[in-house]
Amino acid sequence: MGDEDSKATAMISILHSLWRVLRHTFDRRVTVQYPEERRVMAPRTRGRIVLTLDPDGGERCVGCYLCAAACPVDCIALQATEDETGRRSAEWFRINFSRCIFCGYCEEACPTYAIQLTPDIELGEYHRPNLVYEKEHLLISGPGKYPGYNYYHVAGLSIGGKDKGEAAAERPPVDVRTLLP
Amino acid sequence: MRVKITVDGKSYEVEQGDNLLRACLSNGLDLPYFCWHPILGSVGSCRQCAVKSYQDDDDTEGKIVMACMESSNEGCRISIDDPEAKRFRAQIIEWLMINHPHDCAVCDEGGECHLQDMTVMTGHDSRRYRFTKSTHRNQDLGPFINHEMNRCITCYRCVRYYRDYAGGKDLDAFGVHDRMYFGRQEDGTLESPFSGNLVEVCPTGVFTDKTFKQHYTRKWDLQSTPSVCVHCSLGCNTILGERYGGLRRVLNRYNADVNGYLICDRGRFGYGFVNSDQRISEAGVRIADGCTLESIDSDVAVRRFTSLIKNKESLIGIGSPRASLEANFALRQLVGKENFYSGASAQEFELVATVVDAMRNGSTQTPSLRQIESADAVLLLGEDPTASAPLLSLALRQSTRQQSILEAAKAGIPMWQDAAVRGLAQDSHGPLFIATPAATALDDIASETVRAAPDDVARLGLAVAHELDPKAPRVVKLGARLKLAKRIAAALLAAEQPLVVAGTASGSKAVIQAAAAVATALGVARAKAAAPWLFLTLPECNSMGLALLNAKPLAEIKQQPKGRGGSVIVLENNLYRRAKAEQVDALLDGKTLVVLDHVQHPTVDRARLVLPAATFAETSGTLVNNEGRAQEFHTAVMPTGAIRPSHGWLLSGLTACRPDEKHALSLEDLRAACAAEFPELASTWLSDESPTLRYAKEKVPRASFRASGRTAMHANVSVHEPTPPEDPDSALAFSMEGFRDPDAQLIPSYWAPGWNSVQALSKFQFEVGGPMRGGKPGVRLIQPCKDAPPSYPDEIPAAFAAREGEWLLLPLSRVFGGEELSSMDPAIQVRTSQAQLLLHEDDGLSLGLSEGDIVEIQSEVGSFSLPVAMRKNVCRGVAMLPLDTPGVGFLQLPLYASIRRVSG
Repeated sequence: MGDEDSKATAMISILHSLWRVLRHTFDRRVTVQYPEERRVMAPRTRGRIVLTLDPDGGERCVGCYLCAAACPVDCIALQATEDETGRRSAEWFRINFSRCIFCGYCEEACPTYAIQLTPDIELGEYHRPNLVYEKEHLLISGPGKYPGYNYYHVAGLSIGGKDKGEAAAERPPVDVRTLLP
Repeated sequence: MRVKITVDGKSYEVEQGDNLLRACLSNGLDLPYFCWHPILGSVGSCRQCAVKSYQDDDDTEGKIVMACMESSNEGCRISIDDPEAKRFRAQIIEWLMINHPHDCAVCDEGGECHLQDMTVMTGHDSRRYRFTKSTHRNQDLGPFINHEMNRCITCYRCVRYYRDYAGGKDLDAFGVHDRMYFGRQEDGTLESPFSGNLVEVCPTGVFTDKTFKQHYTRKWDLQSTPSVCVHCSLGCNTILGERYGGLRRVLNRYNADVNGYLICDRGRFGYGFVNSDQRISEAGVRIADGCTLESIDSDVAVRRFTSLIKNKESLIGIGSPRASLEANFALRQLVGKENFYSGASAQEFELVATVVDAMRNGSTQTPSLRQIESADAVLLLGEDPTASAPLLSLALRQSTRQQSILEAAKAGIPMWQDAAVRGLAQDSHGPLFIATPAATALDDIASETVRAAPDDVARLGLAVAHELDPKAPRVVKLGARLKLAKRIAAALLAAEQPLVVAGTASGSKAVIQAAAAVATALGVARAKAAAPWLFLTLPECNSMGLALLNAKPLAEIKQQPKGRGGSVIVLENNLYRRAKAEQVDALLDGKTLVVLDHVQHPTVDRARLVLPAATFAETSGTLVNNEGRAQEFHTAVMPTGAIRPSHGWLLSGLTACRPDEKHALSLEDLRAACAAEFPELASTWLSDESPTLRYAKEKVPRASFRASGRTAMHANVSVHEPTPPEDPDSALAFSMEGFRDPDAQLIPSYWAPGWNSVQALSKFQFEVGGPMRGGKPGVRLIQPCKDAPPSYPDEIPAAFAAREGEWLLLPLSRVFGGEELSSMDPAIQVRTSQAQLLLHEDDGLSLGLSEGDIVEIQSEVGSFSLPVAMRKNVCRGVAMLPLDTPGVGFLQLPLYASIRRVSG
C-alpha cells in the first residue's frame, strides 16, 4: 500500500470521528442533573437498609442473628431480647453503613422479611460516626416490600395475642391425658 | 480386640463388639443419628442411623439395619452411601420433621442444633407435607430450663438421661402418637441438680438454657474459652462463652478423666456473679470516718498498696481456697512464706490436711471421677456428695450399675445395648453402702443405708476395716452394726474394683481417717489384686492447691508479734466465713486491711484498701482438684476498667515495693518461680501449653469462623475498630483467625464441618467417649505411696450418745445456696430453698414441734432462729444445720445446742 493511500485513510477516519462527535451533540441527554433532578430507582435497588414492621404493626425482627452472620463485612451487630409474652425482638440493632457494601445478603438471610434494602442510595456524610445507624434510625413504619408476611403466624412459638395452635396449619394443643386413640 | 470392618469399600479398624454407629463415628464417618448418645447407649428407636449391611463378599442385595443396634465383627461389610439406605434416612428425617415448627429463627438451639445438622446431612431440604402440625403446651420447668415442646422429635433422650442415667423422678414421657409429651406431671421446677445437661442431651430445642435466654447469643458469635468450674472441689471442665464483654453461658467441656459429658446445675448456671452489678469494679480507699469507701485510680491504688506493704516483717498474707494457685503463690512471694496463711477455717485446714495425708502417704489409689463409674462396690461415709460434690453423686449412680453390666456381659449382652442391660438388671443395684447422719439423694439406689452421727460413721468404717484386716483396731460395743460391717466388708472384698468415698463435708476428721482405713485394709485383704480406690472430696475448688503451697493455719496468726501496725492482705476471701467474728476482729485489730476480691462481703467492708480482682472468667490460672489434678483455666472475658487479676495486683505491688530484687512479672514467670519452689507442682506447667506457645506461629482463636458484628459492635463508641485485646497469659486469641486443630492442646469449642451442635465432640476424640485427641486432661500431682505399710488411726472415737435436751449440730451441705459464689446467681437463688434446721421426726415431736415451726437454737456461741424440718431419715440426737445459712454467721460444727420453739 502506498504512502498516499494511508494518508487518505487517516484523513477519512478523522473526518468520520468529527462527524460522529458533532452528531452526538443532537442526541438525547443521559446525564441527570443530580441533585436537582433525580432518577427513579428500581424497587429492588440495594440501598439504605431498613427494619420493617409486620402487617399487624409489630416489629418483624426476632433477633435471630442470621443477618449478622451473613454479613461479609460484619457491619451488623444486635442483641436479642424477649418480652414477657415470649415475643422476640432486637434489644438494640446497629448497622455501620460506613462498612456496608450493600450486597443484600442480610436481606436474603432474613427469615422474617424484617431487614430490607431500599432504593435510597443517598447516604453521603461528612462524619463517619453519622453512618452508624441504631435501631431507631433503621425502623420504618410499614412492611416494606413484603406486605402480607407475619413470621409469628407461621412459627410455632406462642406470643402475646397468638396462642399455641393458632398459627397457620396448626392443630389445637394436644390433650396429653386423653385415652382416645 | 480390634477387628477390621469395611464401610463403602474402605477398611476400618474398630473395637470388636462395638456398635457400628459408634465405630463409624469413631472413624470420622458422618452417619446421622438421634436416639443414640455416648453415655446413654443404643435403643434403636429413632431409625435414623440406617445402613446397608451385607452378609458376605458375594452379597449384592444387602439389607437395611440400624447401625446403633449391630455389633462390629471381623469382616463385617456395610454401606452408608448406598442409595436405598440414604433414601431410608431421608424419609425418617422427613417424618420426624412433619410436626416440627417453623421456629429456627426464634429457637435458642438454632445454629447448634443436632436436628438441623442431621436434616442437612440427609439432604431433606423441602417440605412435602401440606397438612396440619400438632402443637403442645409448654411447662414452666423452673429457673434453669426453658421448655418448648412443639420442637420435640420424640427421640426419648431426655427421659433416658434424666430418669435412667441421672436418677431423676419428675420428668417422663406421656401420651402416644402425635400426643407424645416429655415433661413433668405438672408445671414445676425440675428437681434433679443435673437437669441442665438436658440442654446438651436434647438434640433439638425442647430444653434450652433459660439463663442464656436472658442475654441470648448464637453459638457462632460466642468467643469460647476452656475453663474449669469453681463451684466445688471436683474441677469439672467447662467452656465459657463471651459476647460483648459479658459472660453469656457455661457449657460442659469434655474431659475423659473428670466430668465426661456432664456438669451439674451449680456449675452450669452459677456464673451470674461474674456479670453481677454487685461486683467490686473500682479500687477504693476507706477515708477517715471509717465507713465511706472512696474510689481511687489504679495507679494511686498501686502506690497506696506499695506503701502499705513496704515493711515485710509486719505483713500477713491470707490466701484463699477459691483463688488460683498462681494468685496464692504471688501472695506468698509478697509476704514471705513465714507470713503466708491459709484462708481456710481451722477445721477445714485440718480436714484438708487429713485428706492430703491419706492421699500422699497411703497406699490406696485415688480414682479419677470418670473411673468411679466403673467401681462395682462402694462404701460412702459421712456426706451426701449430691450437695458437696454433685457430679460425684452422678458417677456413683453409674457405679451401682456396674455389676449388672458385668452380668449382662456374661449373658452376651454388650454394655451399649441399653434397654437390654437395664432390662436384665431390673431394679437391682450394685453394692452401695451409705452411712450418713441424714438422708442422701443416693438412698434410692443404696443396698443399705445407716443414719449415724459422724463418730458412729467413723466407728462403722473402722469396724469394716477390722473385718478386712485384723490388724486394724477393733471397735467394741458396735451392737447390730457389727453384722452390717461384716456385710459391707464381704461386699467390698467380693468386688473387682471396690471404692470408698468420704470427704470434708462431713466435718469429721475421724470419718476421713476411717474411710482411709477401710481402703487400706481392703488393700491388705485383696493383696495382689488392683489397689482399692479411695475418693475424698474437699470443700472448695482450690483447697488442694492451697494445701500444696504449705500455707500455715489461720490459728497460728496469734503467734505473730503483738502490737499495732502492719498490714493484713486478704486474697479473694471473706474471713467472716472462716472464723468467728470476734476472732476475725481480734486478728484485724490495729492492722491495716487490704482486700483483693471481686464480690462484696463483710471483710471488704472492713478493708482500708480494696483492690478489684478478676473472677475466674477474667484471668488465667491453675486449680488443683480433690484428686490432686492441676488444671488450667483461661481468660474468657477481658477485665474492664480498674479490674485486674489478683496476681497482677500482687506482682505490681511487689515490683514497686522491692525494685532492687528480681521478681516475676508475668503469669509465666510466676509459674516458673512456683515450680522452682514446689517441685511437686512443676509438672503442672511442663507441657508445651505455655502462653508463649504458638502453633505454626499462631494462637488458637476463641471466636468461630462465622463470628459476626466485628465492625459494628463498637461502632457506637468509635467507628474505628479497636485492636482485639491481647491475652499474654494463654495461647488463645480474641480473634477468629489462628490455628484450629482437633489435636491442639487447647480446644475452645466443638465444631466440625456439618456438625454445629455439641455432638461435634466425637470429631475431637480418638474414639467416641474416649480420650480427646488434643485438649489437656490435667496433671495428677499426688501419687500414692505404693509401698507404704498399712497404718490405721490410733484412736477410735467413742460412740455417739444423744444428750438429753441438747442436740449435736452438724453441717448440712446444699447443692444450691451452700456455695459462696454460685449463691450470688439470680437463678441459683430462685432454686435455693429456705434454710431449715433438720431434725428427726421423733426428736421434733419430743420438743412439741411441728413442721415449719420457728425454733431458737442456743449454744455457747450464741443463738439464732430457724424454721424446722422434721424427717424420719435423720440420725436421732442430731440437728442438721445448712451451711452458709443467712443470719447465722460462722459456726464451728459439730457443736451441742439446745432447741426451743419460738413460734408456729
